[in-house]
Amino acid sequence: MNHDKSPSTDAPIVQLEKVNKHFGSLHVLKDIDLEVAAGEVVVVIGASGSGKSTLIRCINGLEEFQQGHIQVDGNDLVPYGKAAKALQKIRTEVGMVFQQFNLFPHLSVLDNVTLAPMKVRGWSRKDATETAERLLERVDIADQASKYPSQLSGGQQQRVALARALAMEPRLMLFDEPTSALDPEMIGEVLDAMRELAHEGMTMMIVTHEMGFAREVADRVIYIHQGEIAEEGPPEEIFDSPKNEPTRNFLARVLKH
Amino acid sequence: MDATFQFDWQAAFASIPHLLPGIPYTLLISFGGLAIGFLIGIVFGLLRISPIVWLRVPAVAYIEVFRGTPVLVQVLFIFYGLPQLLGGPINALVAGIAAIAVNSGAYISEIVRGGVQSIERGQREAGLSLGLSRRQTFRYIIWPQAFRRMIPPLGNQGIISIKDTSLFSVIGVGELVRQGQVYIATTFTALEVYLMVALLYLAITLSLSFALRQLERKGLVGQ
Repeated sequence: MNHDKSPSTDAPIVQLEKVNKHFGSLHVLKDIDLEVAAGEVVVVIGASGSGKSTLIRCINGLEEFQQGHIQVDGNDLVPYGKAAKALQKIRTEVGMVFQQFNLFPHLSVLDNVTLAPMKVRGWSRKDATETAERLLERVDIADQASKYPSQLSGGQQQRVALARALAMEPRLMLFDEPTSALDPEMIGEVLDAMRELAHEGMTMMIVTHEMGFAREVADRVIYIHQGEIAEEGPPEEIFDSPKNEPTRNFLARVLKH
Repeated sequence: MDATFQFDWQAAFASIPHLLPGIPYTLLISFGGLAIGFLIGIVFGLLRISPIVWLRVPAVAYIEVFRGTPVLVQVLFIFYGLPQLLGGPINALVAGIAAIAVNSGAYISEIVRGGVQSIERGQREAGLSLGLSRRQTFRYIIWPQAFRRMIPPLGNQGIISIKDTSLFSVIGVGELVRQGQVYIATTFTALEVYLMVALLYLAITLSLSFALRQLERKGLVGQ
C-alpha cells in the first residue's frame, strides 16, 4: 500500500470521535472527542484509574474500544482488533514509551533498537545500526550499546526505550507515565530527552504526573476525570485558573507537595 | 539370608561389556523420542494457549490423555495393540521412540505453555507497538525468552524420559535393562549387574544435567 508520509499540515494526526470503552460493567472511556495536530504536545493528566493510560493505549490498539472512531495519520483504527494488518500499519508509525520500559532483556541495547527497523522496515543491519548509534548518542547512552538492559539503571533503560521507539521514525510518540517507575534522581534525565524531542517538533501525547514538566512542555493539557475529558486548554489556563471543580480538586492534591 | 554372601566386584565389572550394547538403544529411544516430543510440545503447547477454542480443546485432550496414562501402558498399546489396527507388526525400537515422543510431548506441551505464559505482557506490547506482527513478536521477543525459562524443566523431563526407557525391556528392545536381564539369565549375578545398570543410567543422566547447567549458565546474560 502506498502511503504519503507528509499529509497537509492542518490534518490532525490523531482524531477520536465519541470513543467509548467498557471493561465489563466499568465504563472506562466516555464519549471521548479529541484531535491532536502535527507537532503538538498534548499532556494528559488525571487521577489513577481515571482512564488516561487507557486513552493513549487505545490510540495504538493496545486496548480495544467498543464505540466510536479513532483515526491515526489518516488510517482508521478498527475497534475490535481483528484487522491485524491495518493495526500493524498504524503501530509502525506510532512509537510508545512504557512506564516499565519493557526493553527486551535477551537483546543488547543496540539490538533492542535495531530489531524493529530491520524486521518491519526491512532496513539492512548496517543502516539500522547507524541510526541506532545516532539515536543512542542523542539520548546520551552510546557507550552502553553492547550492554544488556539489566545492566543499566532505570533512567538509562527508559532512554534506550525512547531511542528504540524513535528508530522507527514515528509520526507520533505516546508516553505512558514514562517516569513513574524511576528513582527520583533519574527522572530529570528522561524528561530532558523528552523535552528535546518536543522542541524538535515531534507530535507527542504524554500521560504523566510531572506537573512542572507538563506546564513547561505542553501545548495543551487534558484533564481526564472518571473516563471523561473534564477540562482542556493551554497549561497556564489549566494550572493557574482551572474552570471546574474536579480539576481544581485534583490539582490541589498533586500540586500541594 | 546367606551371611557368607560377598559382593562380587569381578562379576560386576565383567558384566559391563555385556551391558554397553544397551546404551545406544537407551540413548536412541530417549533422545529420538524427546526430539519428537519437543516438536509435539511446541505445537500442542501453543495450541493449548490459542484464543481459538477448537484449537485449544484437542490440545487439552491430548495433554490430559498422555499425561494421565502410564508410559508402560502406552508402549504396550503401541507395540501390541496398534499392529491389530495396522495389520502388521511394529518394530520395537520404533514403538519405544513413539511412546517416549507422545508421553514426553504431553509434558513438554505444558512446559512450553508455562514458559510462554511466564513472559510479562509488556514484552508483547512493546513488540506490537514497534510495528512487529504478532508472529514476529513471538519469534523474536517471546520465544527466545520463554525458551530460556524452559531449559530447567526440559532437563527434568529429559531425565524422566531416559529412565522411562528402562520399562521398554518388556517389548524386547535391547536397551540397558534388557541387556542386564539377558546377562543375568546366564550368570545369576543380579545384585552386581543391576548395580552396574543403575550406575550406567546415572552416568547418562548426570552428563545431561551437567550439559544443561552449562547451557543455562551461557543463557544467563541479559536475564
